[in-house]
Amino acid sequence: MTDTKSRNLFILLCLAPALIMFVLFMVIPTAEIFRMSLYQWGGLSGSQHFIGLDNFRSLWNDMNFIRSVQNSILLIVVVALITIVFALFIASVLVREDTRGSTFFRIVFYIPNILSIVVIAGIFSAIYSPSTGLLNSFLDLLQLEGLQRRWLGNETIVIYSVAAALIWQATGYYMVMYLSSIASIPSSYYEAASLEGISRFKEFTSITLPLIWSTIRTTLTFYIISTVNLSFLLVTAMTGGGPNRSSEVFLSYMYNQAYGNSSYGYGMAIAVVVFIFLFSISAIVSSITKRDVLEY
Amino acid sequence: MKKINEIITRIGTKPFIYLALISLAIVIIIPVTWIFLASIKKNQEFYGSPWELPNGFHIENYLEAFIEANMGQYFLNSIIVTSFALLFLLAMALPAAYVLSRFTFRGSKLIKSFIKAGLFVNVSFIVVPIFLLLLGWEAALSGILGGDFFLNNRVILALIYASTALPFTIYLLSSYFETLPSDFEEAAKIDGAGYFKTMLLVMLPMARPSIIIVVLFNFLLFWNEFILALTLMPGENKTLPVGLINLMAAERSAANFGPLYAGMVVVMLPTLILFIIVQKRLTQAMTVGGVKG
Repeated sequence: MTDTKSRNLFILLCLAPALIMFVLFMVIPTAEIFRMSLYQWGGLSGSQHFIGLDNFRSLWNDMNFIRSVQNSILLIVVVALITIVFALFIASVLVREDTRGSTFFRIVFYIPNILSIVVIAGIFSAIYSPSTGLLNSFLDLLQLEGLQRRWLGNETIVIYSVAAALIWQATGYYMVMYLSSIASIPSSYYEAASLEGISRFKEFTSITLPLIWSTIRTTLTFYIISTVNLSFLLVTAMTGGGPNRSSEVFLSYMYNQAYGNSSYGYGMAIAVVVFIFLFSISAIVSSITKRDVLEY
Repeated sequence: MKKINEIITRIGTKPFIYLALISLAIVIIIPVTWIFLASIKKNQEFYGSPWELPNGFHIENYLEAFIEANMGQYFLNSIIVTSFALLFLLAMALPAAYVLSRFTFRGSKLIKSFIKAGLFVNVSFIVVPIFLLLLGWEAALSGILGGDFFLNNRVILALIYASTALPFTIYLLSSYFETLPSDFEEAAKIDGAGYFKTMLLVMLPMARPSIIIVVLFNFLLFWNEFILALTLMPGENKTLPVGLINLMAAERSAANFGPLYAGMVVVMLPTLILFIIVQKRLTQAMTVGGVKG
């Protein structure tokens, strides 16, 4: 065998398993989403009818879908803002202030991120439980009985209860991202600033924030995608989309339509809309947050 | 005057900072600790205040979760699925990442960007098409392979876990391989080693740090995964998180809380122990990867 021949054979043998599995379980299913969104398919044994864009037209008048859009956008905006502000605050404090026990805090804040989303759903169901839950009994201790709620049973509140669980889960992850990026800012910048005698807040807005802006940008786009995904998993494990479909988000509604309701084509049309939504919102976010990259 | 101002702001902000850090830590520690305490409580104890400490150590909850609620079997299933998935993943991703980062050939750029695009495809989107795909194969091949080959199969689930983790893992491994010097490959070639030998005996051992990170990261992912397991394993072969969902539903309607919390501890304890051992490495890995499903 010539050397080029054995080289090519080696390359082929190394790549083939990964490429075959990648195409089989990622590329084909993704293509299937787009194909199936054009069909009406009412069940496993039923036949498929090509209906073009009818599934997409039905989405316009589907109140449950519109609810899931509202909930998803609410989660993306509210949760992203709060989480990123929290994470930035903790990270800059842990790096910039000479805080005792910073390793302890790093470990603790990161714990929610390693738990299964099912366990997080369990933890928050225990917190929100109306009679035996931590939250209501805590309000009891503070003599604030008036604030007690059925946190997961109330149609207007349930989505905020889900939001709190998401913030609880994600803050530590973003904290780690910002920690390492703030830690890499040369300390001479801060020394110069402290000679000028500027306040901590000014220091944060005029040094830290501009210098880690590109990290924030990346995490923002990434945040949107992962919130869509995590809110689906959390809603599926915690509320199942209820009560009365009031906590339905993009993908939970897709899943419930496809898998629970056997409307596969309709479910996949939702998936396509979410795909396009994510793609365009990422593009918008990255264009409005665009700034000149600062080199240091 | 400036100095004094600075001292005042210092004294003023420090307690506030600690207050904020400690309250955030408490918000995380209390619920997690509470689950552990609740898992050893007697059922009557749940009707008092949830803030009371347990009366004693009631191991019965664990026995009930493990035996009656099948969590023991699910634990074993999770171990099987997770280990097979890690094996499949390394067997597929290591050679691919090595070749893609150390060799240039026709189409290598295309394949690289193809796999990188896979980073944007999430399991949550494709779970339904994957289910339908397997269901179709099941129906087509039921005469030859018998029922329940593609669905309810722990090895197939592991293979799908591994496949969906490929883009991220190849991406991470490639970027590590790229940093290795090529002297070693040349030396191995002079010594007469073939491509396979060079890869297996020279290059893969050098990639050990990144392999450890990949294993840690994907262990957490596979151990905690539930939407694929829920959809593709409708039979008895459930994994721990799916078993936990069932347990939560069953015990809640029966108002039997102890085993529910015992089940939660069983799912989270292995990841907590692992995390405490390797936390520094893992948090570094997250920053390098920057992707989580």
